[in-house]
Amino acid sequence: MSVLPSVQVEGLAKRFGQIVAVDRVSLAIDANEFFALLGPSGCGKTTLLRMLAGLELPSAGRILIDGEDMAGVVPNRRPVNMVFQSYAVFPHMTVADNVAYGLRVSGVPRAEIAPKVEAALAMVRLEGFDERRPEQLSGGQRQRVALARALIKRPKVLLLDEPLSALDKKLREEMQLELVRLQQEVGITFVIVTHDQDEALSMANRIAVMDHGRILQIAPPDELYEQPNCRMVADFIGTTNLFPARVLARADGGIRLEARGIGELHLPEDGQPGIEVGIAVRPEKVRISCDRPADGLIAVPGRIAQLAYFGDYSHVFVDAGADVRITCYRTNDRRRQATALAVGDACWVSWDPADCILLTE
Amino acid sequence: MAKRRERAGPLEYSRKLWLRLWLVATLLFLYAPIAILILFSFNNSRRNIVWQGFTLDYYRKAAGDPSLLEAFTNTLTIGLISTVISTVIGALLALALWRFRFPGKPALEGALALPIVIPEICMGVALLAFFVRTGWPTQLPWPLNLGPIVIGHIAFSFPFVAIVVRARMAGFDRALEEASKDLGAGEWQTFRNITLPYMRPGLIAGGLLAMTLSLDDFVITFFTSGPETLTFPIKVYSMVRFGATPEVNAASTVLIAVTILFTVIAMRLQRPAAGT
Repeated sequence: MSVLPSVQVEGLAKRFGQIVAVDRVSLAIDANEFFALLGPSGCGKTTLLRMLAGLELPSAGRILIDGEDMAGVVPNRRPVNMVFQSYAVFPHMTVADNVAYGLRVSGVPRAEIAPKVEAALAMVRLEGFDERRPEQLSGGQRQRVALARALIKRPKVLLLDEPLSALDKKLREEMQLELVRLQQEVGITFVIVTHDQDEALSMANRIAVMDHGRILQIAPPDELYEQPNCRMVADFIGTTNLFPARVLARADGGIRLEARGIGELHLPEDGQPGIEVGIAVRPEKVRISCDRPADGLIAVPGRIAQLAYFGDYSHVFVDAGADVRITCYRTNDRRRQATALAVGDACWVSWDPADCILLTE
Repeated sequence: MAKRRERAGPLEYSRKLWLRLWLVATLLFLYAPIAILILFSFNNSRRNIVWQGFTLDYYRKAAGDPSLLEAFTNTLTIGLISTVISTVIGALLALALWRFRFPGKPALEGALALPIVIPEICMGVALLAFFVRTGWPTQLPWPLNLGPIVIGHIAFSFPFVAIVVRARMAGFDRALEEASKDLGAGEWQTFRNITLPYMRPGLIAGGLLAMTLSLDDFVITFFTSGPETLTFPIKVYSMVRFGATPEVNAASTVLIAVTILFTVIAMRLQRPAAGT
């Protein structure tokens, strides 16, 4: 049984004069998926979202929503609704009028609107706020109004443009859970734009990483983190220790490499001898010890350059030769453990060769 | 025990004596003449220099003066028509300048300020020349005979409306319009439901400005009115030439009252939509 993708984008491009905002993007988003467009600011993710909403016209390419071509379909006729970054709650209307707006302009009879507004407000946990005015609401509450206002239209796809960027940290974490709960509850495809990787990783089923108008990788969060396909993704998602390296030869069902700061090593991967590659290893996979680690691990001697204490874990920065700084996360799972390390101490950092990510691009 | 007064802080200007005196002097200078004008409209004296006693005679006289009444009616008619038309034109212009980018936009914005900075006398002469040159008919029945004056008033007041409305729109979040369309509203619905309510305080302020400008305009009206048409400022001017009688005071007081009434109504209208 083939299920039609909720959103299908083919060769979509957008130019503003000389600037290419979105560069021939193709992707498919499944029904009921929580999909994130992640990238640094200016990477074209918002432009892509606005094209889905019909607020920008593509320079090239096609958009299909629920199998229907959206070319020439004006925003008010598209089966999508958007939650704007500024929320765009209508300031001269009450909360109830805001939520009812989409139904009212579509000519839904008044008697049918009231119960739906009630239900929508209950869904975002804003019962009893009907008669409030937007200026009496906090940022989080305004966001909920914007959500209710969009969801009441029962769109095929809900578009969210940086929905959490204006909230403080605690509220943001709360809303992340809330959004996931809502998405499961209403069973609508969510497409969220964000520059915050934690947001994308914790909420989305799949993430598209964008840069300079192009999609670099589309993958589920864990795959994106553990198996990035290029340096840019490895660097953008989480923190990475990246070592430039060169493939020396194929040997023993793998390759031998010469990496700056590590020396020679053997990885069970494949690569053309002579090519320049990158070896990435995540800081939490790196262990730190005073004694020389066991054989079979990649081990580098160094000196502790800096410590950053975060309570539940610490960041340890180790200098291993000129211009080689290795970041290592250490869980503080024992009281007074972190005190054992001090800046200037000689130490070893080590990790399993299997934790190395080989990056050819 | 007497409390010692605290010294005024560095920014507590309202507690400084010299500043208070200055404030009183300013208010006196601005409002005393108006207060005296109103007071002396009730003065029971033909020469109206010394207070003789209270009377409403001059209101009765002013109301019985057909040419004064005609001038008053004309002024109000011109004011209303030119306010409505210049508010519409000004708002449309402001919207166009706010929403679109087009070639010649800076030039248009510059030209917009022209009727504001141009000396009124020049504009009056120009309008007179225009109406003479085009052979604009002069012997028309009321209210068509007010046409040239109305056109003149619209010409100098709509830029004020445009500037006020433009300033209001500068604070408008365009995402509101996008949200409205996204939720299913068409262009017109979006304009009526979202843009217009936001614009309203600007429209009212601009309209009031246009109304005030029109009510008391003398120079341009003087040049554009035919020999038969009389407006209130021109009538007052001709009356004052034969001495400031209490009738002039009475008529002026009524005009002040009308203006205040309009302002109060406008502020009332503005209140429910005061949100930004």
